[in-house]
Amino acid sequence: MALKIVKGSIDRMFDKNLQDLVRGIRNHKEDEAKYISTCIDEIKQELKQDNIAVKANAVCKLTYLQMLGYDVSWAAFNIVEVMSSSKFTYKRIGYLAASQCFHESTDVIMLTTNQIRKDLSSPNQYDTGVALTGLSCFVTPDLARDLANDIMTLMSHTKPYIRKKAVLIMYKVFLKYPESLRPAFPRLKEKLEDPDPGVQSAAVNVICELARRNPKNYLSLAPLFFKLMTSSTNNWVLIKIIKLFGALTPLEPRLGKKLIEPLTNLIHSTSAMSLLYECVNTVIAVLISLSSGMPNHSASIQLCVQKLRILIEDSDQNLKYLGLLAMSKILKTHPKSVQSHKDLILQCLDDKDESIRLRALDLLYGMVSKKNLMEIVKKLMLHVDKAEGTTYRDELLTKIIDICSQSNYQYITNFEWYISILVELTRLEGTRHGHLIASQMLDVAIRVKAIRAFAVAQMATLLDNAHLLTGNTQRNGICEVLYAAAWICGEFSEHLEEPMVTLEAMLRPKVATLPGHIQAVYVQNAAKLFATVLRGHEGVPADSMVAQETSQLLIDRLPLFVQSSNLEVQERASCILQLVKYIQKLQQKDVEVAEEVTALFAGELNPVAPKAQKKVPVPEGLDLDVWINEPPSGSESEDEGRKSKGKAVFAKEESRHTKPRYTEVDEKELAKRREVRKAEQANNPFYIKASPSSQKVYQDGVGVEHIPVVQIDLSVPLKVPGMPMSDQYVKLEEERRERNKADKKKKKDKKKREKGEKGRRRRGDSGPESEEDITPAHMVDIVTEEMPENALPSDDDDKDPNDPHKALNIDLDKPLADSEKKLPVRSHRPDEVLKSPMEDRQVVEVVPEPKKKTGKEKKEKKDRKKSKEKKKKHKQEEEEDLMGAGSEEPVQPEETKEVAAPPPASTPEASDLDFWLSNAPVPSNPQAAAAPASTPRTASGMAAVAPDSEPEEAKDTEPEETKSSTHKKKKQKKEKKKKKHHHNHSDGAGDESVQNGTVEEEEPLPPMSNYALLAENSYIKMVCDIQGNLQDGSQVVVSVIFENKCDSFIKSMEFNVLDSLNSKLQRPDGAGPHDGLIVPFQLPPGISNEARFIFSVQNIVMPQKLKGTLTFIVKTDDSSTHEKLDFKLHFTCTSYLITTPCYSDAYSKLLESGDLKGCSLKLEGVNQPFHHLLARICFHHHFSVVERIDSCASMYSRSIQGHHMCLLVKTADQTVSIDAKCDEPGLLGNVLDEIKLTFSQC
Amino acid sequence: MIKAILIFNNHGKPRLSKFYEHYSEDTEQQIIRETFHLVSKRDENVCNFLEGGMLIGGSENKLIYRHYATLYFVFCVDSSESELGILDLIQVFVETLDKCFENVCELDLIFHVDKVHNILAEMVMGGMVLETNMNEIITQVDAQNKMEKSEVRL
Repeated sequence: MALKIVKGSIDRMFDKNLQDLVRGIRNHKEDEAKYISTCIDEIKQELKQDNIAVKANAVCKLTYLQMLGYDVSWAAFNIVEVMSSSKFTYKRIGYLAASQCFHESTDVIMLTTNQIRKDLSSPNQYDTGVALTGLSCFVTPDLARDLANDIMTLMSHTKPYIRKKAVLIMYKVFLKYPESLRPAFPRLKEKLEDPDPGVQSAAVNVICELARRNPKNYLSLAPLFFKLMTSSTNNWVLIKIIKLFGALTPLEPRLGKKLIEPLTNLIHSTSAMSLLYECVNTVIAVLISLSSGMPNHSASIQLCVQKLRILIEDSDQNLKYLGLLAMSKILKTHPKSVQSHKDLILQCLDDKDESIRLRALDLLYGMVSKKNLMEIVKKLMLHVDKAEGTTYRDELLTKIIDICSQSNYQYITNFEWYISILVELTRLEGTRHGHLIASQMLDVAIRVKAIRAFAVAQMATLLDNAHLLTGNTQRNGICEVLYAAAWICGEFSEHLEEPMVTLEAMLRPKVATLPGHIQAVYVQNAAKLFATVLRGHEGVPADSMVAQETSQLLIDRLPLFVQSSNLEVQERASCILQLVKYIQKLQQKDVEVAEEVTALFAGELNPVAPKAQKKVPVPEGLDLDVWINEPPSGSESEDEGRKSKGKAVFAKEESRHTKPRYTEVDEKELAKRREVRKAEQANNPFYIKASPSSQKVYQDGVGVEHIPVVQIDLSVPLKVPGMPMSDQYVKLEEERRERNKADKKKKKDKKKREKGEKGRRRRGDSGPESEEDITPAHMVDIVTEEMPENALPSDDDDKDPNDPHKALNIDLDKPLADSEKKLPVRSHRPDEVLKSPMEDRQVVEVVPEPKKKTGKEKKEKKDRKKSKEKKKKHKQEEEEDLMGAGSEEPVQPEETKEVAAPPPASTPEASDLDFWLSNAPVPSNPQAAAAPASTPRTASGMAAVAPDSEPEEAKDTEPEETKSSTHKKKKQKKEKKKKKHHHNHSDGAGDESVQNGTVEEEEPLPPMSNYALLAENSYIKMVCDIQGNLQDGSQVVVSVIFENKCDSFIKSMEFNVLDSLNSKLQRPDGAGPHDGLIVPFQLPPGISNEARFIFSVQNIVMPQKLKGTLTFIVKTDDSSTHEKLDFKLHFTCTSYLITTPCYSDAYSKLLESGDLKGCSLKLEGVNQPFHHLLARICFHHHFSVVERIDSCASMYSRSIQGHHMCLLVKTADQTVSIDAKCDEPGLLGNVLDEIKLTFSQC
Repeated sequence: MIKAILIFNNHGKPRLSKFYEHYSEDTEQQIIRETFHLVSKRDENVCNFLEGGMLIGGSENKLIYRHYATLYFVFCVDSSESELGILDLIQVFVETLDKCFENVCELDLIFHVDKVHNILAEMVMGGMVLETNMNEIITQVDAQNKMEKSEVRL
């Protein structure tokens, strides 16, 4: 050993390598720091040498020392030297060291730019790789800007090894240099389809990371990701994509519908738990995003819950944990499905693993109901007892309070029980959460008026037994509850039975050992109690002695507090002492003083919403940033600025608001200020208001329901002797509920008898006890929290202004401008960029000409876009086709759908996606797509004309189009336009069937939409589309788009339809047959949104009309009005048909079977091209083309009840003849009538 | 995103630390210490996830760790990473180390922390997962080592 040490410290001073250093450190355990400092000296010597090998060795050792916590930033320059070595070995050492210790404020970083650029373009892929890896750790905004172009070039490198690294590092570049996102994005998108799985995975990774922060910008990529999801087998990629979809679905519920099926399949098929788990998670996200009116999804929820249960029951703790984690997500929207697993979750509370227990606790929070709250809390209280003195116990305590107080004490039926729970919790020693319990006591006592008498009694007991709580005050946070107890006893002293006793308890000498702020409350409230005692005893001659004794008590005891070192206590005590002395004088003269003393504390407190102060709007005309007086002088204001800056670290918000800056004061403003003050006063427990009624109660306060006051149910005794035991209440509560139930039953029976027949129809009367059946023991008036007048509804306090991803919120669908195709360079350093000798041409090109650019921009925009589109067109078409194939869900006719997807698609990208998504509700429509989409161009003229004509055509398109995306949608739009001009060219196309899938320019079609106007008035417009429901043979789905046409907010929309015997609107369980359905959204002005309603239909042979009404509230700034709109829903027979593909052999068999009855139709004077005609039938009447030969086509469709319907369509000289066969002649006749109508309209 | 990767032994001695966000050396050491305290007091048969809390920026992050013999491998990740996925990744990492060092043990990590860094760099880059295929990782690591050797010969 000794030999080794000698060898290590002397002989090898200049060639000590990393291994030697490590060995040396291990051999110097007792004086490690000293040894390392000598090593660092050696390293400094080594770094001074010219030999790069020695330097690299030194840097390598420094990297190790950095890990041990030594600052090595002094060697930054040497690290750069080693990085620039031409040998890979040393370069790698240098980059590793840089990645470990460089950061944005390392100044030598700016020296590395050119070296890194050189390495990036090195012929050796590993030089490039090492540079990319290093750069990913220390990239700065400057580096990102200067190297963005080089990295972008590498994204198309021939070696996948480089490509994947370049793709991945782009994320870091975007973060540091957001301007690069738009120019680089198209290439990044291409990489999603890179042949190398690693590169693909990297691209998915980057886009997922981007999309997670700004999901709405990436919605348009959904089809591409969908395709990847259905085609990829790489679980890593799948997980990322599935997670991404989880982030996207909240923005686009239709996406969710499309996802459910493939995700469910994955859940069933995958063996990888990680993938299964993420699928479940995303399905949950989808279900959350979907409106609740879709009964079909209960199966998916069941599936998820069931899978999660399997995870939770698994012996693998990891799965258990994750299962609980996911369960809590379901809980938010579908509490019922989770509640049935309560047993399992309660079981997890006993788990030895704290992570799991905490998860289970989280779940319990959402699982409580009025019915089980007491039971769950009882169980938790048991755990509290078991978990003595751990942080877990504190966690339990906060959870109990969270659970009970959630949504405004919604689940508490018996507040006496809750108070007793709180009192029991005060017995926990050493908890940190005394203030939490105290605030709960205060909150309940103030807001639940009916409980005050009980609360006061309990608090008085607490005060009396204060010595139990304050055992060792120093580390005991629980004494905070005395603060609440004293205040409650004082404020509501009229409920005290023996105020004298309490007063005495509050003035005990021991109180002086409590923290100052609590003593202050004691003193103040002693005065309140004093007032109460006076009032109770004055006027009665025998009692006047008591009153005087009380005064004497205060005069005796208060001096203790006057001597307090706490200013607040001292001040209050001396004030009150003098007051009492004065009162005593009056008492001795037999003057009645009670009334006047009581007046000191008159008035009632109203609770104020926690954010009320913040929400007070800035009065009009008040500019908070204007100086009231000119700032005195430059130097001083600077000083002040610095001060306020320092302050902002601790109280950013306050510093802005509290700075007294007054502009001219006008009447209006004064009034506003008065409001503010009032709100403030109401917030201050020590402030007494003149009249309690002056405060307005806002019923619309955030999430607070106003519960009307009802008499107190006295079935529970109000006073329980001694300290309360919550368990007693559990029993009492059960008895009470039983009684209530019995009472109710009686009443209902009575009603039933009265109502006779009608009464019996109602379901659920005698069913199991439901939530609503439990009436609270105290119908309590939970006083609404107040909000200031004109409080702003917006709730964006939570956003972090420093989030780097904010800068990446960039619209990626807008086509790139010319100026953007190359990465822009920040204008403040253009010279430097030019001067740099290493600069390659790319960067030179990039030098910005800001003015020119902006000037040109508008002019160039159109052309640019056009050329871009042309380039893209081909690729996109390819994508589309692949898309169709990949998803195995045939695509619908795009032309038509695009237009069909109406108002919500106000932006072009949205309409793009709309098209893709519109497949979701109508799961298949393949042939319809086939006709227009995959028709090879046979007309000779077309090929030549189309591209040529495009530019001219594009010029006269409306401005909206110039903004639109480079996506397929847009191109189609254009083609549609084009179509109008070249109508005659586009004949005779579309001979081939779908399977062909050739990538060709498609035939344009005039826009079609199935959305028909339902009703309209000056406020709102409704259009609707009716489709059969594939999953359920007796249902149709009505999609209604509501568009707000006025300038006001529309809310509380309720959709109701008068059911007929044949068709009924599906209402949620428990709703009556005449109840309306709440539309699950509100409409700001100019916005539209879609809701779906499901109808069950019995007989589908006849068309049918249903009358309905939409009621809604129009809310303007100062008023709101109820409005309604009547409509008639027309269920055509077509709407019962579902587009179903059929192969020609099956089709001929069907015809041969002879079960079908025939019927025919002739249409005269139809002068549309045949494929248009077919497309129309496909689109409007849900048929699919089975086969087409020249001007003759066979078509097929199926009704939701399984009727087959076959058409043979022939055309000759503007005459179309349709021979039709169906196993239900009535239905067939009606459908043919509808087809006839369609063609007579166009 | 992966925020940090830490390897330390049963006594809390760091064997590798890779932070993908910048912290001062002192903060790094503190994070390592705290992480060790959190992780080491957990039983063997509890789950491998820990809610990060104060550690490395906020409640969104999670610690995902595995304990192999004398070493803890801890990944601190945010919500965009799949928990089970990261557990798999740790497994891949350890298996790769095992292949590269031939029956890896703590001593290999102690004396060759630079090599461990090089291997890790082929798996995770800038906090994002670069490669999960062990064969691909080993191929690239070997190729680079070969290059180093050829340079020595020169």
